[in-house]
Amino acid sequence: MRNTTYLPVVAGLALCATGAMAETPVLQVMTYDSFVTEWGPGPAVEAAFEAECACDLQFVGAGDGAALLARLQLEGPRTDADVVLGLDTNLTAAARETGLFAPHGVEADLDLPIAWTDAEFLPFDWGYFAFVGNVGADAPTSLQALADSDIKVVIQDPRSSTPGLGLLMWVKTAYGDEAASLWADLADNIVTVTPGWSEAYGMFLEGEADAVLSYTTSPAYHLIAEEDDSKVAWGFEEGHYMQVEVAGKLAGTDQPELADQFLAFMVSEGFQSVIPTTNWMYPAVTPAGGLPEGFETLITPETSLLLSPEDAAAKRDAALDEWRTALSQ
Amino acid sequence: MAHSPVPITARWPSAAAAALVLLLTLGTLGAVAWRAEWGSGLAPADWAAIRFTVIQALLSAGISVLLAVPVARALSRRRFPGRQLLITLLGAPFLLPVIVAVLGLLAVFGRGGILNQGLIALGFEPISIFGIHGVVLAHVFFNLPLAIRFILQGWLAIPSERFRLAATLNASVGRLLEWPMLRAVVPNTFLVIFLICLTSFAVALTMGGGPRATTVELAIYQALRFDFDLGRAALLACVQFALCVGAAFLAWRATANDPMGTGLDRVVQRYDTARAPVDYALILAAALFLLVPLAMIILRGLPGIMDLPETIWAAALRSVLVATGSALFCVSMSLALALRGGALVAVIGVLPLAASGLVVGTGAFLLLFPFVRPADMALVVTMLVNATLALPFALRSIAPTVAQVNADYGRLAASLGVEGWTWVRLIVLPRVRRPLGFATGLAAALSMGDLGVIALFAGEAEETLPLAMYRLMGAYRMEAAASAALLLLALSLLMFWICDRGGRADADL
Repeated sequence: MRNTTYLPVVAGLALCATGAMAETPVLQVMTYDSFVTEWGPGPAVEAAFEAECACDLQFVGAGDGAALLARLQLEGPRTDADVVLGLDTNLTAAARETGLFAPHGVEADLDLPIAWTDAEFLPFDWGYFAFVGNVGADAPTSLQALADSDIKVVIQDPRSSTPGLGLLMWVKTAYGDEAASLWADLADNIVTVTPGWSEAYGMFLEGEADAVLSYTTSPAYHLIAEEDDSKVAWGFEEGHYMQVEVAGKLAGTDQPELADQFLAFMVSEGFQSVIPTTNWMYPAVTPAGGLPEGFETLITPETSLLLSPEDAAAKRDAALDEWRTALSQ
Repeated sequence: MAHSPVPITARWPSAAAAALVLLLTLGTLGAVAWRAEWGSGLAPADWAAIRFTVIQALLSAGISVLLAVPVARALSRRRFPGRQLLITLLGAPFLLPVIVAVLGLLAVFGRGGILNQGLIALGFEPISIFGIHGVVLAHVFFNLPLAIRFILQGWLAIPSERFRLAATLNASVGRLLEWPMLRAVVPNTFLVIFLICLTSFAVALTMGGGPRATTVELAIYQALRFDFDLGRAALLACVQFALCVGAAFLAWRATANDPMGTGLDRVVQRYDTARAPVDYALILAAALFLLVPLAMIILRGLPGIMDLPETIWAAALRSVLVATGSALFCVSMSLALALRGGALVAVIGVLPLAASGLVVGTGAFLLLFPFVRPADMALVVTMLVNATLALPFALRSIAPTVAQVNADYGRLAASLGVEGWTWVRLIVLPRVRRPLGFATGLAAALSMGDLGVIALFAGEAEETLPLAMYRLMGAYRMEAAASAALLLLALSLLMFWICDRGGRADADL
């Protein structure tokens, strides 16, 4: 008798359990490759968010920032992704134009060197582009000084890499109509142009160039992860162009609450504290414990340069032509 | 094309293989074009890119073939200890992922490389490797091994009886045997390398030193990734196909088929073996050029190889599985197509070479996305695409031998009523073992190093070894990436060696 009374209870519990498992909501975040690797922020972010959301957070990696946007455009409104994370301000105008994004609705106290008012895209980290060289070597103090020197640098192609595009915008913002002549002066300093960041950085570490276009935070990686203090970013008088990496909620998401919860989480401690030593960028909101030891050694540019997404998009094609013409001489 | 009677084999395998190749080359292009919003035509910058692309491809292919002929001749004339190992190792550069090979080349020819250190020590000015000469150097480094192997196969396909007859008659081997063989082999080899260089992107840009070295493939990348201009990408891909068809036509016109006749598969013995020092000098020079950069890659990767994270080993296992599947599939398709023969097969054999990997990946994505989650299909699609992209190499190595077997034994077999699977199993397979093994190894190794399609499809759980290596580089972990590159090199070579060895277990190569 006792067995028969228990049975329905046990069966009911089992049913509840499977029902609950089947209904664990899934939040799909599309991001760039290096975010999801075991060395990137992905694993720690996933663990921290799943601890508070009772959901399954899935990352989908897709190349770099530009490839990410292209992937989203390929998938169109049918995409399964709920959140796209990893675009930068040079890409957000095109991203906005797709009409796939919804307002993020997050009010956060951001620690960015610039004011942030974008309704659709919310920053999660940022950094300054800079040339990174070896300690003790000649360090120019401006783009013009670099162009006038015989220092050799390797840069990335603005047509295939986001840092390359960043440098293009840096020169355009700092020099305006004079940008073409600065590129002409720089031409003999450029050893080569690589398709992506990895190739350029690898060539610099192999000694092919005196410096490489990267970020002011790059020396922090060598210092903290490798205990190597031989790399330094050059501070330039013209100021440094910024990269602000953002995320946005897709309008077609089937998990709007979860997506909102994720964006709010993104600018909270659990996400932001992971950023400095995994993505090697500045967190959009400085964690309570401050930045990790080692970050205080980095240069902090006095002038931050950044075009609005619309300006960046409008100036890009002409700037590309200038760049190509100057370097093809 | 088929002048002699060919024993009957089933039609469907070759039809299926041809259909898959057409789907993945022209079909994916069609998918991209169909989604495109057509805008402007080709810009002046595109014409500059087309011009540069063709010039560097012509130079690279021409120099590769010019250098390969004497080296292949030397290798075919000489026997020495370690010759087999050397031939296998010489093939390595072709199998390397681009960035690994470029870093290896820079360790030798770069600013801090061995060559410049030597020049400075001797009091000379250091040279810069970047420019069109760097592009050509890198392409020759990649493709010389392929040219050597293809041309060497031509030499080895001359029956030993011909050499003996020539020696008996005291006739010129060069004019009567080698020149006709070269006329048959060289145009095709040139074509393959020209087409490989035509779709080059990372090598051309990195070694070319700037936007002067923009290739059509880079313009396609820009159109797909940065401008999301599918129309322009499709248009540029059509330009690549047009160049491919033109080049294939010219190569076909230049090819002179001169059947060598049948032999008894005896071990070749050469009687014209004068001037040994010249041959050995040539072999040594080629070995130095190809193997020193390889040694630098090994030196860079060796220290960290035991510290590689577990995920790399998992990715390596995944890569080996994909490569094995892809190789078997590729060789089956090639054999089916080769048995059919004819002009259509020749066209299908070069189409994948002209296909832009980016367009193939994007088109496959567009075709599949409405039906499946891309990550679910990542490894299958990679396997199919890699098999198709390796098909031209496999076919090029198998088809001439199959055609030879058809010409030599087709009549007899047909008269005896030997056909279908029996014909393939008893007559064809034993005779094409050597190129079959080579083709399998090549397809496997090419698939190991491929990064084109997987990058668009893969999630975390489908990561292959080259993708894992690039991700390591993207995370500043250059030493770990160097070790992963070494692992990739070792596995590619091992797979190549096993297959190649299996194909010539009792041969004298």
